[in-house]
Amino acid sequence: MRTIRFLLQKEFRQIFRNKIILAMIIVMPAIQLMILPLAADYEVKNINIAIVDNDRSTYSQRLISTITASGYFRLTGYNGSFKEAFQLMEQDDADLILEVPSGFEKNLIREDEQKMFIAVNAINGVKANLGGSYLSSIVKNFNKDIRLDLMPAKGVLQTPTIEIVSTNWFNNLLNYRVFMVPGILAILITMIGGFLSCLNIVKEKEVGTIEQINVTPIKKYNFILGKLIPFWVLGNVVFTIGLLISWLIYGIIPIGNIGVLYAFIAVYLLSVLGFGLLISTFCETQQQAMFIMFFFMMVFILLGGLFTSIDSMPMWAQAISKLNPVSYLISVMRMVILKGSSMKDILPHLGITFVFALVLNVLAVINYKKTS
Amino acid sequence: MDAVVVQDLIKIYGKDDVRAVDNVSFSVKPGELFGLIGPDGAGKTSIFRMLTTLLLPDGGSATVDGYDIVKDYKYIRNTVGYMPGRFSLYQDLTIEENLTFFATVFGTSIEENYHLIKDIYVQIERFKDRRAGKLSGGMKQKLALCCALIHKPTVLFLDEPTTGVDPVSRKEFWEMLKRLKQEGITIVVSTPYMDEATMCDRIALIQSGKILSIERPEVIVNAYADQLYAVKADHMYSLLKALNRFDHTINSYAYGEYAHASFRGPATEHEVVEFLTSQGLANIEMHRIAPTIEDCFIKLLKNS
Repeated sequence: MRTIRFLLQKEFRQIFRNKIILAMIIVMPAIQLMILPLAADYEVKNINIAIVDNDRSTYSQRLISTITASGYFRLTGYNGSFKEAFQLMEQDDADLILEVPSGFEKNLIREDEQKMFIAVNAINGVKANLGGSYLSSIVKNFNKDIRLDLMPAKGVLQTPTIEIVSTNWFNNLLNYRVFMVPGILAILITMIGGFLSCLNIVKEKEVGTIEQINVTPIKKYNFILGKLIPFWVLGNVVFTIGLLISWLIYGIIPIGNIGVLYAFIAVYLLSVLGFGLLISTFCETQQQAMFIMFFFMMVFILLGGLFTSIDSMPMWAQAISKLNPVSYLISVMRMVILKGSSMKDILPHLGITFVFALVLNVLAVINYKKTS
Repeated sequence: MDAVVVQDLIKIYGKDDVRAVDNVSFSVKPGELFGLIGPDGAGKTSIFRMLTTLLLPDGGSATVDGYDIVKDYKYIRNTVGYMPGRFSLYQDLTIEENLTFFATVFGTSIEENYHLIKDIYVQIERFKDRRAGKLSGGMKQKLALCCALIHKPTVLFLDEPTTGVDPVSRKEFWEMLKRLKQEGITIVVSTPYMDEATMCDRIALIQSGKILSIERPEVIVNAYADQLYAVKADHMYSLLKALNRFDHTINSYAYGEYAHASFRGPATEHEVVEFLTSQGLANIEMHRIAPTIEDCFIKLLKNS
């Protein structure tokens, strides 16, 4: 016990003396949580649209003003021919081209039917997808309005239509930030826990201090606990700062019990620290450790369900994400913060994370040799 | 019982069976100042790392204080002090914090063994709040010695403690070791500097993982059978070449501004000078000298 106390004292002294690391621990979550959710917005705005109006009628004018008034589109071209408009797309000045055929108004009223052409620049997949569907729904609404205009005053719609009305549960306004902030916080905790614990031990190897420690009677588990505890505490501090920021800036208050959240974080940090520890036992230099950690972090983040839903990944990717601790944290964060899930709901996640923690730490301890 | 006993110790590195330590045997008596003298890469550090339980031997056995280095490594870690060749203390902790840390790790305190480190510690005490990383080389060395001593080890292993230290500090350092010896601590020290060998009670000359000779330094020097000469001429390179060509030369090599050489019986000083003159050398100066450890080492190398 006495040894642990002195190891901890030493460890905290070193952390508090390293001003850059300390600043990173406090400032990194603050800045990232303040800026990233605002910038990394899934809603696509400012889609550049070029319109080829071959009709130049009241209706086509009305359609164009409906499109530009929606707020999603920016009219960057009003061209006489498709060829001209396509040039804009080639120069990346137009993401979409809408071609209004000649006789648009006439056919719509007389024949009750008219086809239009939308060309989408699919280089940016998300923008193409969303832009195309925004435009379709605007055109659809426009169509409905015209129907109403043209209909006899008190008539009923001749064609029966199915209208879908949806409500968003747990995030009524489909506010993107409410959904992203807990996810980003999850990544931050993983980075702080994983990187710091890993680099710290490798640094002792690189500088040679571990040599001096190894000839002392310090026990293996004492040394490892002395490394784990400080970063476990720091992880909790970062998590608390993150929660405060998401409350102060985004007004996100966890709907579920905050105790459940901390209980999960406690176990989760153990697994991430264990992972860092395991990596450190394989590395001789901080450079190696950094690269290996980056490799895993990229995989963890991209397959963690932060940016893309795990359910829509191919089967093999879903299988990998089952082994990804980050995906469990992101899911638990969203469950507890947005949905108000209780301990019972996250029990499977907690169990798996606990197994991760156990396996990773045991492997790390086995692999950490005092003699070679 | 001897403080350190090494029996046929072997360490092999890599796939191509490089024997860094090749059947090394020696023993160190309690309270002795024992030196491992040899050039870089001779295997000194490997021996130290095995004796301090940081490296497992590939053959042979060794005991420190009667404890086996493989089986009883836990006991050894409690009793030995080790100062690695590279400064390995926490650079971001101050002198005092480093010392306190290592004292507590061994379950003792600075006060308890202060008498051991007092002479050394007073020299760095006024910088005790300075971080170890900001100390000069000599001060780092003193701090490392303090940290290795703070738990009153029975055997102290010092791996090249004077490498990269200025001549004055080197001398001071050896004085400190002599005082520690009087406290009854067994000291095993390695160094690539031959001139430091005479400071030891006994030395082992080591080269390419093999021990060439283990003796008291004066015995090694006295055992030098041939008469050694220091020779000087106006042109060093031609002198060395000429000495090599001379039929009666046993051994010749550059040594500072002189060339050291020994000659077989029949050749007199006069004959040597005559030969050198005939080879076109001028200003020839030649006198008898007593061999140093380095001369012995070079001779041993040549014989082996």
